[in-house]
Amino acid sequence: MNPLIERYIKKDSLPYIFCAGCGNGIILNAAIHAIDELGVKEDTACVSGIGCSSWIPPYLNMDVMHTIHGRAIAFAEGLKLSRPEKNIIVFTGDGDCLAIGGNHLLHAANRNINITVILVNNFIYGMTGGQKSPTTPPGSKTKTSPFGAFDDPIDGCGIAMSAGATYCARWTVAHPNQLKKAIKEGIMHNGFSLIEVLSQCPVQAGKSVFQERDPWGMMEAIKSQTIPYKSWIPDKPAGKIPIGTFKEDNSRQEYTDKIRKLKEQLRGMQKETV
Amino acid sequence: MLKKIDVMNHGEKVLQGNEACAEAAIHAGCRFFAGYPITPSTEIIEYLSEALLLQEEGSFLQAEDEISAMCAVIGARWGGKKSMTATSGPGFTLKQEALGYAVETETPVVVVNVQRGGPATGQPTFSSQQDIYQAKYGSHGDYEMICLAPASVQEMYDFTVKAFNLAERFRTPVILLADEIVGHMREKIQIPEQIAVEEHTPVKHCDKPFGRNEKNIPYAVHFFEGHNLLVEGQLHDEKGRRIGHLADKSGVFVGNLIDKIRKNQGDLVDIDHEFLEDAEVAVIAYGTVARSAKRAVRIAREKGIKAGLIKINIVWPFPEEQLKELAATIRTVIVPEMNMGKYCLEIQRCLKQSNVISVPKLGGIIHQPTELLHIIENETGERGR
Ligand SMILES: Cc1ncc(C[n+]2csc(CCOP(=O)(O)OP(=O)(O)O)c2C)c(N)n1
Ligand SMILES: [Mg+2]
Repeated sequence: MNPLIERYIKKDSLPYIFCAGCGNGIILNAAIHAIDELGVKEDTACVSGIGCSSWIPPYLNMDVMHTIHGRAIAFAEGLKLSRPEKNIIVFTGDGDCLAIGGNHLLHAANRNINITVILVNNFIYGMTGGQKSPTTPPGSKTKTSPFGAFDDPIDGCGIAMSAGATYCARWTVAHPNQLKKAIKEGIMHNGFSLIEVLSQCPVQAGKSVFQERDPWGMMEAIKSQTIPYKSWIPDKPAGKIPIGTFKEDNSRQEYTDKIRKLKEQLRGMQKETV
Repeated sequence: MLKKIDVMNHGEKVLQGNEACAEAAIHAGCRFFAGYPITPSTEIIEYLSEALLLQEEGSFLQAEDEISAMCAVIGARWGGKKSMTATSGPGFTLKQEALGYAVETETPVVVVNVQRGGPATGQPTFSSQQDIYQAKYGSHGDYEMICLAPASVQEMYDFTVKAFNLAERFRTPVILLADEIVGHMREKIQIPEQIAVEEHTPVKHCDKPFGRNEKNIPYAVHFFEGHNLLVEGQLHDEKGRRIGHLADKSGVFVGNLIDKIRKNQGDLVDIDHEFLEDAEVAVIAYGTVARSAKRAVRIAREKGIKAGLIKINIVWPFPEEQLKELAATIRTVIVPEMNMGKYCLEIQRCLKQSNVISVPKLGGIIHQPTELLHIIENETGERGR
């Protein structure tokens, strides 16, 4: 057995709740490799919301908080503010992060608080059984868009970057090495980072979004829609999804650093007045 | 374990209720606050935005809404910092889902609700006690809540300290159910030289962090202590693993959450009373209204009327046995509340032998002592004699 499983997976929590062919296993695998290669296991905690993607961290042999729908980032901010020296990784879904939790994404990105958010975009509400999500492509006949989805999809990376995220990358589950590298970069980056992963949900998004239920075929389909970018270009070619590292900006101050510096200043002033 | 600690800036002070609450939080060891401004609680977030950043270990977040504030304090508590949030009606409603998460994950945090009149935006600058049931059962599902109702600025201080201690001891969120009057009032208070504070003693080996002691309470653990904790919002076993799909285990888990409050209810009694020995009529009150009740009872006594007062400080869990005992020989009980008469229903259920009279009051103005005096006089046949 892979020694990483011994170290990172709580075997008495198995089996996973994931359906056969789900992309979440690849993402869990990439995250474990990233954490292990950086050697940060003991100084890292994971937080997730609600959704299939939020079930990625509960199997980890680490400190994990499995919270409520949409609020993982808010819990993570409190955790980070209480322990600024620790790494906090958030696992969230397209519904969790961009629908119910959208406001927290905006504000955390704007604060540039050092949290690494892994946004699992499977284009659907997987856990509740295949309803339209904020990223569902127009025309998809989901359980709540029987005539074809007509909302324009939300671009999580675009929103996070315009709100102030200082690291942003997007990969797919067909790019496990790039994904691992991005998670490592996200953890090392001192600021708010968002890593979006396009993933397949054969059971709920297979037929409605991809007209393809085979996991392998879905991964191929996702991969074939993407085009690699070296930086962010807002006007993307129609029908294509940019992937790559879009932003890595170290010029903005991180939120807990701001607070720490302010407190040092205040303490200096207090001493002077004594 | 309770530990005596010295309070640096002790002594006599004139403070506003909300300020006293904020100061008490710092003294009780609160090192993280997240909140969103809302009248009539705003002075608490204002005070702590300064005080916490002047604390060596302190941190503060003005959150984007009350939901994130509630979530952030839970996150911070698992980071190992005692945490608090404060709000009023609309914000208290927004916090309910995450408050239930704190109950279920047995996270000790303090939530202050400085009540205003509702429903909806209601009466932002007026007082009420309308959230008395929301404080108990505001979130979905079954659980028991610990809730304290202060009636003075001194109690805003004392009960805040107590709220932190009870939260830590019972591993559960505790609600300080204040109201606009006590939040905004200024009074002289005595900040003690020493207070007793529940301190965290790290647990060494702990493979079942959500296992329970003889009082049905789980370990005091937090993140980054090497326990590899799983804090899980789905009903879970001693290791945090989900059991929501198992009916028998789920029932036991929720039963434990309830029992750790109900079975320890004897440790959660805080009632002040006076003149009960020979009283024929008693006023039972909590929070600010207890002030009017006290005044009314004292005037009645001066007039020779056999009236008594029962002031309930920990309103939830409901002190059923203790009330039965205290009111055993009392013929008539008067229950004034700044709401439509809610807590009175509990008292009626509990004191079947007495004549229990509800004195509800809507609109935001507190009962006047004379109003209550008239009712006491009526009930004792003293009026117009
Ligand atoms: C407040 C609240 N509303 C609704 C739900 C029901 N719910 C659970 S998961 C989910 C959607 C999850 O979708 P996503 O975030 O994309 O995660 P996925 O399952 O696709 O990984 C919803 C609506 C809930 N748990 N809580
Ligand atoms: Mg999804």
